[in-house]
Amino acid sequence: MRFSFTARNLLIAAVIVLLALLPVYTAFSGSAFILTLFTRILILALAATSLNLIMGYGGMVSFGHAAYLGIGGYMVGILAFEGISSGFLQWPLAILVSALFALVIGALSLRTRGVYFIMITLALAQMVYYAGVSLSRYGADDGLTINRRSQFAGLIDLSNRTVFYYLCLALLLGTVYLVWRLINSRFGLVIRGAKSNERRMRSIGFPTYRYRLVCFVVAGAICGLAGALLANFTNFISPAMMHWTRSGDLIVMVVLGGMGSVFGPTVGAVALLVLEETLPFLIGKLGFPLFGESAARAAEYWQIVLGPMLLAIALFARGGIVGLLTRTGRD
Amino acid sequence: MRGHLIVGVALSALLVGPAAGQGKPVKIGFVTTLSGPTAVIGNDMRNSFEIALDHLGRKIGGQPVEVIYEDDQQKPEVGVQKTQKLIESDKVDFIVGYIWSNVLLASLKPAVDSKTFLISANAGPSQLAGELCSPYVFSTSWQNDQTPQAMGLYMNQKGVKSAFLIGPNYAAGKDMLAGLKSTFKGQIAGEEYTKWPDQLDFSAELSKARAAKPDAIFVFYPGAAGVQFLNQYNQAGLKIPLYTAFTIDETTLPRQKDLALGVPGAQEWVNDLPNEQNKRFVADYKAKHKTGPSFYGAQAYDAAALIDSAVAAVKGDTSKKEEMRKEMEKANFKSVRGNFKFGPNHMPIQNFYLQDVVKTGDDFVLKTVATIVENDQDRYHDKCPMK
Amino acid sequence: MGLLFIEQCLNGLQFGLLLFLLAAGLTLVFGIMDLVNLAHGSLYMLGAYFAATFAALTDSFLLGVVLGLAATLVVGMAVEVVAMRRLYGRDHLDHVLGTFGLILFFNELVRLIWGPAGMSLIPPAWLNRSIEILPGVPYSAYRLSIIVVSLAVALLLYMLVMRTRIGMLIRAGASNREMVGALGVNINLLYTLVFGIGATLAGLAGIMQAQIQTAYVGMGESVLIVALVVIIIGGIGSIRGALVASIFVGLIDTVGRAFLPDMLKLVLSPAAASTAGPALSSMLIYILMVAVLVLRPGGLFPAASR
Repeated sequence: MRFSFTARNLLIAAVIVLLALLPVYTAFSGSAFILTLFTRILILALAATSLNLIMGYGGMVSFGHAAYLGIGGYMVGILAFEGISSGFLQWPLAILVSALFALVIGALSLRTRGVYFIMITLALAQMVYYAGVSLSRYGADDGLTINRRSQFAGLIDLSNRTVFYYLCLALLLGTVYLVWRLINSRFGLVIRGAKSNERRMRSIGFPTYRYRLVCFVVAGAICGLAGALLANFTNFISPAMMHWTRSGDLIVMVVLGGMGSVFGPTVGAVALLVLEETLPFLIGKLGFPLFGESAARAAEYWQIVLGPMLLAIALFARGGIVGLLTRTGRD
Repeated sequence: MRGHLIVGVALSALLVGPAAGQGKPVKIGFVTTLSGPTAVIGNDMRNSFEIALDHLGRKIGGQPVEVIYEDDQQKPEVGVQKTQKLIESDKVDFIVGYIWSNVLLASLKPAVDSKTFLISANAGPSQLAGELCSPYVFSTSWQNDQTPQAMGLYMNQKGVKSAFLIGPNYAAGKDMLAGLKSTFKGQIAGEEYTKWPDQLDFSAELSKARAAKPDAIFVFYPGAAGVQFLNQYNQAGLKIPLYTAFTIDETTLPRQKDLALGVPGAQEWVNDLPNEQNKRFVADYKAKHKTGPSFYGAQAYDAAALIDSAVAAVKGDTSKKEEMRKEMEKANFKSVRGNFKFGPNHMPIQNFYLQDVVKTGDDFVLKTVATIVENDQDRYHDKCPMK
Repeated sequence: MGLLFIEQCLNGLQFGLLLFLLAAGLTLVFGIMDLVNLAHGSLYMLGAYFAATFAALTDSFLLGVVLGLAATLVVGMAVEVVAMRRLYGRDHLDHVLGTFGLILFFNELVRLIWGPAGMSLIPPAWLNRSIEILPGVPYSAYRLSIIVVSLAVALLLYMLVMRTRIGMLIRAGASNREMVGALGVNINLLYTLVFGIGATLAGLAGIMQAQIQTAYVGMGESVLIVALVVIIIGGIGSIRGALVASIFVGLIDTVGRAFLPDMLKLVLSPAAASTAGPALSSMLIYILMVAVLVLRPGGLFPAASR
């Protein structure tokens, strides 16, 4: 594949360079908050990337993807609570248990199609959510504070913000590369083929159910890793991590950024979360000369602007932000 | 990104006004609920904190002050995020607020780890009074169990033989029912927990309460849920007397109206407490906001006064944390509750009153009826390592 | 115990029928226009706020309800013309993103106009009391009225769909969309009308629920998920399916919530049971849905050609 200077590729290159240089900027400006914000963005981008693997390429619209975020997080939280804080144990377990759950959820859900698939993944994720609510030993609805972040025998110090940030960035970029390799492999061909015409793939002789299930499990495992990161990041786990609104947020990130584009979810996560942080400020700033002090109060109602923006993207920008840039690049 | 910081500064500059700019201001982060159905509570706390700052001449301990308000959306995971942001990015000297016990429990670690003073102006989970107590954490409210404990004593006085308990299934709900059970001598006819905060239809629980035929029902439903509970209790036609904790207050009364008449509640502060500080607070609040403040607001007011005393003691040098802690332990400020002192676990030792709703014209107001218990100390202080 | 069980069943029936009002519109829009409308819950919320506002303005409960319904109808049709119409024929995910945006917009708009505190809608005195349904068992007259009104609406809807020309087109649209267009029917108008009916039903559900739970920002979201469960169990596009499924879901949710925690206390410690009980009973409807989908992948009453 040759690199060409399309608007899309420029945007992606710019995002990667900016993400890589961010800690340098925050070190000079002394603003830890931006680094914290972007660490969260990277973790959610990782989760969204895993969702994109099944949703964007495999046509499996999971409305319960946040369940793995929670399962990964709970594995870290529960083990930490029980006195096991070695990351070498916590993280592989987080990935493994998420993969197991994905195996069960996928095996049940993949028998259905379309909207029924969306709803059955939602239902199963809700069950996991309520299972979390019923864990009274681990805080039930109130959640659990993690007193010690995962320990990596002194190799990686997660309490160092910059180290944590770069770890998340490396994991995200590694995952994006993995997804890219995967979808361009024979395996990916089958997955993509099954999205557009499953009957044909089956008649050629591919056991599509098994391929799709493996794909579903891989996505669940990656999201479990994101959950382990998120738990370490907030030092806190609660069933809210796997609430259906969180699954909805992940879908929105993927669709906003651009489905079926390996970097789309990252762009979507950055766009959505940065908008959330800057819109109140922009409204206040732009409204101030017009409305004076009431603009400061108007800034509280920033979602009134974000909502129609999302609607407009759904209406007019097929393929999300990345899709928009691809088209303008071509025109 | 950078916008967020500027918003904080711009907002606080707006709130502080011309006072800013004379040296390094004292920074206070205020975490409360400012969106959703319980935003009324958060607004009352914010309004009261602002009244307190007015009374202090827009200064804290004689120093210029900057307050940054953050909305926790009543969610623990959002609360901990906002707390981290206030500590790491805004580098506040104090964090105040916290309505909800689960939000406070989630947010405790970043504050204690960074040795930032945290003053709970409402939430009082049992852990905070016991094993999780910290030199950097103070409360200007109560420990959750105390208010229902007082209610339990009152129910004993009234000769209640059996009670059915209903409350939300979260940290404070569990404490509240446990508190009642620790003092109430009658029989517990049943105990129901509801999913919090999304379950707002109590039909199944009310039906069970009726079937259990108790002498009384005890409930704890703070904020908007209290309005909904009273409404449904009335519609169900239950003839069983109701006893409450944190279910009727000035934020809910305008919508509970007649339904709240004759329903007793226990509280550590009532708007008619006869001390000068309280009279001034209530009068100025009413003048500015048309309605009266609630106990949530009173606790926020006291939090401002407590911080003021600490900053004044170190003459604005907020790096002297040890001295500020010692000063705050003395509770050397004028509380709207009259006398106020801290136990060794930084929880107040205080009176609890019986309050009742009275109708004057078209208005409904809360009145003190009696003192149920004097100088009450929470029952978890023994578990706190601080002596 | 027997009386309590009957009472809990009534509670469940009332909740189920309320769900039906919400699910009926959702399933029609889904079945006919193939539109996943997450913002259906916003119309539920708007109905409640409109009715509360008009009731306060006119000082009449019934007038408030009627005006509230009319306003919801107008808003619903306007939303269809401005936004939804452009989403038909698009990917379901575009629907999710677009209607998610609408949820944010409407929540914020309501907060801006009516404030964050929420609003009470008080039923008239003749409803706001209890009546004795069985000797010694008083029951909320208001909850009974929900049962009556919802059943009447279900009957009206049945008549509309089965006995009128519009109903015939709606049925035709649910089973074969292209066909209706080919018949020379003004399909745009039909869609706007169907969406408006759905919105009004959602508004009615919101109005009735507001008198139990008060109106508040975001009240539509959690109930929307349950309504989605209902239409999946019932079969997308099927009014009859929505009715049966909503009663099932209402009963299972309420009766489960009432009795499951006590049953758990037999096997768990009381503390663990009181935490796990509400959680497990919330799970029941999802278990039901998965079971139905595994046994009957198209729901209980699958539309013929789907």
